[in-house]
Amino acid sequence: MKELVLRIATTILFLLVPILGVWTFVGSAYPGKWWPEVYAAWFPENVSTYGPKIDQLFNLILWMVGITFVLTEGILVWCIFWYGKPRKSKAWFSHGNHKLELIWTAVPSVLLLIIAFSQMGAWAEIKFTSHMGKFPDGTEGPYSAEQPLMEVYASQFDWRARYADPSGNFDGVDVIESAYDIYVPADTPVVFHLKSRDVLHAFFVPQFRLKQDAVPGLTIPVWFQAEEGSYDLICAELCGWGHYKMAGRVHVIPKDEFERWLADQRDALYSNGTDDLAEAD
Amino acid sequence: MNPPPSAEPAPLGLAPEGTVHVHHEHHEIGFIRKYIFSTDHKVIGMQFMFTGLIFLVLGGLLAMAIRWQLAFPWQEMPVIGRLLFPETGRVVSPEYYTMLFTMHGTVMIFFVIIPLLTGAFGNFLIPLMIGAPDMAFPKLNMMGYWAMLPAIFFLMLGFGAEGGGPAAGWTAYPPLSTITSAAPGSASAQTYWLLALTWVGVSSMMGAVNYVTTIAKMRAPGMTLYRMPLSIWGLGVAAILQLFALPVLTAAGFMQLFDRVLHTGFFTPTNLVVNNVGVDYAVANPETATAAGGHPLLWQHLFWFYSHPAVYIMVVPAMGFASDIIAVHARKPIFGYKPMVYSIAGIAGLGFIVWGHHMFTSGMNPTVGMVFMVSTIMIALPSAIKVFNWLGTLWGARIRFTTPMLYALAFVSMFIIGGLSGIWMAATPVDVYIHDTYIVVAHFHYVVFAGSVFAILAAIYHWFPKMFGRMMNETLGKIHFFGTFIFTNGVFYMMHQLGIAGLMRRTADPYSYEIYAHLQPLNEAISYCAFALFAWQIFFVINFFHSLFWGRRVGRNPWQATTLEWQAPSPPGHGNFDHQLEVHRGPYEYSGPEVEEDYLPQTRKL
Ligand code: HEM
Ligand SMILES: [Cu+2]
Ligand SMILES: [Cu+2]
Repeated sequence: MKELVLRIATTILFLLVPILGVWTFVGSAYPGKWWPEVYAAWFPENVSTYGPKIDQLFNLILWMVGITFVLTEGILVWCIFWYGKPRKSKAWFSHGNHKLELIWTAVPSVLLLIIAFSQMGAWAEIKFTSHMGKFPDGTEGPYSAEQPLMEVYASQFDWRARYADPSGNFDGVDVIESAYDIYVPADTPVVFHLKSRDVLHAFFVPQFRLKQDAVPGLTIPVWFQAEEGSYDLICAELCGWGHYKMAGRVHVIPKDEFERWLADQRDALYSNGTDDLAEAD
Repeated sequence: MNPPPSAEPAPLGLAPEGTVHVHHEHHEIGFIRKYIFSTDHKVIGMQFMFTGLIFLVLGGLLAMAIRWQLAFPWQEMPVIGRLLFPETGRVVSPEYYTMLFTMHGTVMIFFVIIPLLTGAFGNFLIPLMIGAPDMAFPKLNMMGYWAMLPAIFFLMLGFGAEGGGPAAGWTAYPPLSTITSAAPGSASAQTYWLLALTWVGVSSMMGAVNYVTTIAKMRAPGMTLYRMPLSIWGLGVAAILQLFALPVLTAAGFMQLFDRVLHTGFFTPTNLVVNNVGVDYAVANPETATAAGGHPLLWQHLFWFYSHPAVYIMVVPAMGFASDIIAVHARKPIFGYKPMVYSIAGIAGLGFIVWGHHMFTSGMNPTVGMVFMVSTIMIALPSAIKVFNWLGTLWGARIRFTTPMLYALAFVSMFIIGGLSGIWMAATPVDVYIHDTYIVVAHFHYVVFAGSVFAILAAIYHWFPKMFGRMMNETLGKIHFFGTFIFTNGVFYMMHQLGIAGLMRRTADPYSYEIYAHLQPLNEAISYCAFALFAWQIFFVINFFHSLFWGRRVGRNPWQATTLEWQAPSPPGHGNFDHQLEVHRGPYEYSGPEVEEDYLPQTRKL
């Protein structure tokens, strides 16, 4: 009796793993009647051009590992239930099976290679596009790795965007600086240079599915193309005690509005400049 | 000769030779030589085990504080808050939080898992399972344990250091870890941290040399390589990984130390500005006027060149223990012994060419990232082969639901989860999003906690009778198992969801961000599970100490197992075996047709 209770309890315990495991994923993605809204946690809204590809790849892998998960855990539960039963006879005396080994080596290798090769396109798009000068929409775009819209500087514990002067320089006096709030044009492939003044940081905007470390000593070109809106910018690499509050905000605004914002900033800069000069006189 | 049924104390274990032997030794060497400065591999293994378990409690406490902060950020910690943080008004400060997760990771990896797997069980099992009287170099072995003491000393100095302790994470990425002004709290603490790590390395190195030599040279007659239990394969391969990878970490650690104290600038680029002060060495030391000229990514490469193999050091022996324990309690030979061995070797070999998967977003050349992606995805293959072979072993088995078996089964079940989530992170575009989020935290806790720690628990329950000659209590063991299993999943499973929602790790107060605000209730629930998980371990503590003194005495072979350690008295005396051993067959002859019982020891001549 005690044996039976133990066997059934163990079976149920291990059975809960695949059942609750799958339920948790489904429930989190589709909260409602079967999953409380407060415990729902799933991808934030996706607003960049390559974001959907990342989500698709995630889901492709989710399906493949999900099926593997259910199958392997299922077999485990079955073994626990069925072969945990007390029997008079001895266990199946087997040291293995060559054919089976071949099958379960070959099949996963093919699946894994499929997973590996299906990543290449998206990776190239995220990492190389800004160097190649051709964006997914077929255009060359207004910005490139050589001629970026802005530099984003990370330092303990803030973000600072610097917009090039009209001739594309970052070291002139006409560079516009904006701390915390970063403005970029919507539906435009934006390229920027990511830099750090002190330690490592990472530029992470969850809704863009974009994360890139900022490394002191390196200038890293990063690109994205996003829809209108304003989004949390989060530091994703430990950078000291204030890491948790190293926030910023990326404002993606219509192109014409962005041009106007830039012009306003420039005006403000010039007028400040002349004021200063006047005072100096 | 009939096998002693597992429920009865076997008369064999109290064999006169064994008793006399132990007794005799006791008179010859005093308490200090026997238990403190011992060269006996079993005692050294015990020393590592008790040290590791004590640090497990410490690491667990640090985790509880982390979970408190994540559930109730900046709220007063009840009771102990008054003791710990009188100056901040009983709340965790941001600096303290950074120290908490840094020390939690450091303690768990370098002072718990590695010492328990290789130090405790490597020491205890290797000579016993291959039929050797002791390690090849007993004195070196003793020094291996004593090298842990300076490590512990420096670790504790780090805790006590002014300003709040090491604060660069267990990965210690520069420049945060090298420029003292970037993390004011860790001024001397980070230096102590590096010294602690170096001493752990010295200890591991002494152990690894010993294990490899002992396995290579001291096997009993007839114990060929392919007759070795998988635990020995796992421990041996882990030792080889240590031998090849550890020098790199040691060298990198010294470089970081030099950067900190001598301003060498191996990892420091030129033109840093920290707190509005230039830290370029040309500015700092105008006389020498040397620009730093180093690179932060160099550390990442060196660190992960060690630490990726290190994660396999933390799992390959665990896989071996799980295999052995499953075979014994399933009464069935391991399915595909050679594929199991080859996949351990495959994991170890591939393990050296995947380190870059920790650096996909680091700014490393993306083409190199693509290569690391393919090698990383392929390393899931040997892991998969092992899972299939464990399932093959269970198919047609006669499972005995003992506590060690429950933990070994749980190891398989949990390792599946951890291995599968690895694939997401290996996929570079996906990792761009999930890197450094809670999905990574879920992944490595499934492999290291629900994997390796469960295997360690299985091993303790399984080999306890050999270590101390007494059984652990099965009822308490099962209570411990059910709660631990449930709460472990309660803690770590939903972290996948947090990661999918983009929640960053190492973030003291995520809820101030708009997109993370809704994650607080989930984190609170996780924290309750964590507190329960910690509290539940009381069943283990009671069981362990009660059984140590009052557990049921057992004979040599309470589980009716085949491998050599069960031929020695329980506990084995000095020199381990009281009779000449000869090995006639592989380690997993269960339920074979040659004999009436369902097990055929390796030493039995037919
Ligand atoms: C199935 C094979 C595995 C694959 C494909 C895999 C893949 C990965 C990848 C790609 C990462 C980096 C994730 C990121 O930072 O974005 C990672 C992290 C990690 N893995 Fe695995 N892994 C596997 C098995 C294991 C095992 C067996 C262990 C340990 C026993 C382990 C321990 C860790 C740890 C500790 C980290 C996090 C390190 C840190 O950033 O603090 N992994 N894994
Ligand atoms: Cu940060
Ligand atoms: Cu790794």
